[in-house]
Amino acid sequence: MKSLVFLEHHGSELEKGGLGVLAKAASLGDAVGVVLGPAAAEIAGRAGAFGASTVYACEAEELAAPLPQPRVDALATLVETTGADTVLFASSILAADVAAGLAARLDAGLNWDLTGLARAGEELVGTRLALGDTVRVEVGWTGSPRLGLVRAGAFEAVESGGSAEVVTFETSFSDFSTLATLVEQTQEESSGPSIEDAEIIVAGGRGLGSPEGFSLLEDLAAALGGAVAATRAVVDAGWYPYATQVGQTGKTVAPRLYVACGISGAIQHKVGMQGSGTIVAINKDANAPIFDFCDIGVVGDLHEIVPTLTELVRARG
Amino acid sequence: MKIAVCVKQVPDATVTKKIDPASKRLDRSGEAALNPTDLNAVEEALRIKEAHGGEVVLVSLGPEKTVDSLRKALAMGADRALLVADDAAAGSDLLGTTRALVAALEREGAELVLFGQASSDGDGAVLWSAVADKLGRPVISQVAALTVEADTVTGKRQTEHGYDVIRAPLPAVVAISDAINEPRYPSLKGIMGAKSKPQETVSLGDLGVDAAAVGDAGAGTTVVELGPPPSRGDQVKLEDDGSAAQRVLELLVERKLL
Repeated sequence: MKSLVFLEHHGSELEKGGLGVLAKAASLGDAVGVVLGPAAAEIAGRAGAFGASTVYACEAEELAAPLPQPRVDALATLVETTGADTVLFASSILAADVAAGLAARLDAGLNWDLTGLARAGEELVGTRLALGDTVRVEVGWTGSPRLGLVRAGAFEAVESGGSAEVVTFETSFSDFSTLATLVEQTQEESSGPSIEDAEIIVAGGRGLGSPEGFSLLEDLAAALGGAVAATRAVVDAGWYPYATQVGQTGKTVAPRLYVACGISGAIQHKVGMQGSGTIVAINKDANAPIFDFCDIGVVGDLHEIVPTLTELVRARG
Repeated sequence: MKIAVCVKQVPDATVTKKIDPASKRLDRSGEAALNPTDLNAVEEALRIKEAHGGEVVLVSLGPEKTVDSLRKALAMGADRALLVADDAAAGSDLLGTTRALVAALEREGAELVLFGQASSDGDGAVLWSAVADKLGRPVISQVAALTVEADTVTGKRQTEHGYDVIRAPLPAVVAISDAINEPRYPSLKGIMGAKSKPQETVSLGDLGVDAAAVGDAGAGTTVVELGPPPSRGDQVKLEDDGSAAQRVLELLVERKLL
């Protein structure tokens, strides 16, 4: 088995999600990585520590903007030259579009939302939790290459301490691949730690009652050393910035601890945080769906419980 | 401008979705509705038509009973519907679905193809990119604001790091986020009028698609086994009597989270 893992980077940092998939792929067989965009070669070598034997880098100008179609061309080229039988991606907005484009280009099967990968002889079996995590589906592929999108946080980016050879490559681009162009890009500077990287997240929903309620969550997050997130409903209401939105139309997070305050647990929110390690829910509605998938559920008034918890955490020092 | 909106019938939100153990496919026997985000795509198409003129065509792949759901989008104001219904297409994965839809879209030759971002049953959020590649057209996904001009389309979208504005020449494929608009409710006149709007149902053969390219035969993926989801372990549920915060702290310490 030879896996090619798509590694995204932001600035000069490789994204944690892709490195987690790489570490998993390396545990299953030979794993190589690919980094695309200007300065890719310089960043690529760092993937060696996560199990890549080789990391391919293409610095073509067409790959500067975060657009999927030129990346499909680059990956199709690489699948052919490396003979990879498996191509894996950590889920992201960009990766989903690249993976599906590549599936169409190569007529290759794509399984998504994978939470597990295992070898069964020469075959690969993926695990998917479908229909709001109510059913576990073991999935396979009928041909080669096998394409897979992995759910955020499914695999930990474990360093194995190796080093990778960096190989630069060239690719040609399809006529239509470079038609879409990035005309503007705004980087949102959020205050405090970013929710994608946070190990602990304190999140708030409608049950906070008002935008001021978020100050309670900020205090608890500060005491825990975590970040604050929000549901779509309160972001839409203008209570908290879009950059903190977790869920189907926001970000997907998988911290070690997720404290959901005044969040009902609608499916649109659930899909963005169900990969979290431990989920604590505080809600005054005992029938809120979040109590069906949390680990620690507290039925009560968050305006009482959260400040008390903050004090207790602070008191521990 | 001719706009094709790809829509899908899914189990209604009130139905508890389950997988049929025999076929290992989603049980689609119950009450059905159009995928909610597809209504945002229909709404956006209607707004573009209102601004620029043209035609809005619904394109769908699914069982015959999909016509019931298509009627709702016709009542909103879409001009006509094309349904690809064929037993051979049942159970199609991404590849089969893409092949069938691409054949229908090639027949329609629309300048703009719209998708709703994510279906409520498949959760894949990937179809448009595969369709765009087969059609050989540019794609913009996750679009929360869309501007259509004579020969270009510009989409603004939120990403993990901020906002991107992406422009592409027409013809193009665009996937719409449900943050883009509020779908209109059909008017009584719309509902009455929908019954007389053209609805065509075609087979794969009509579109020149080989039955072996879709369904199980054309799939690149398989379902090996179904089972219960892994347990999250024992759940602790507390009613706050003033001591819940203390108990939560103890549990977090026990689990080495603090």
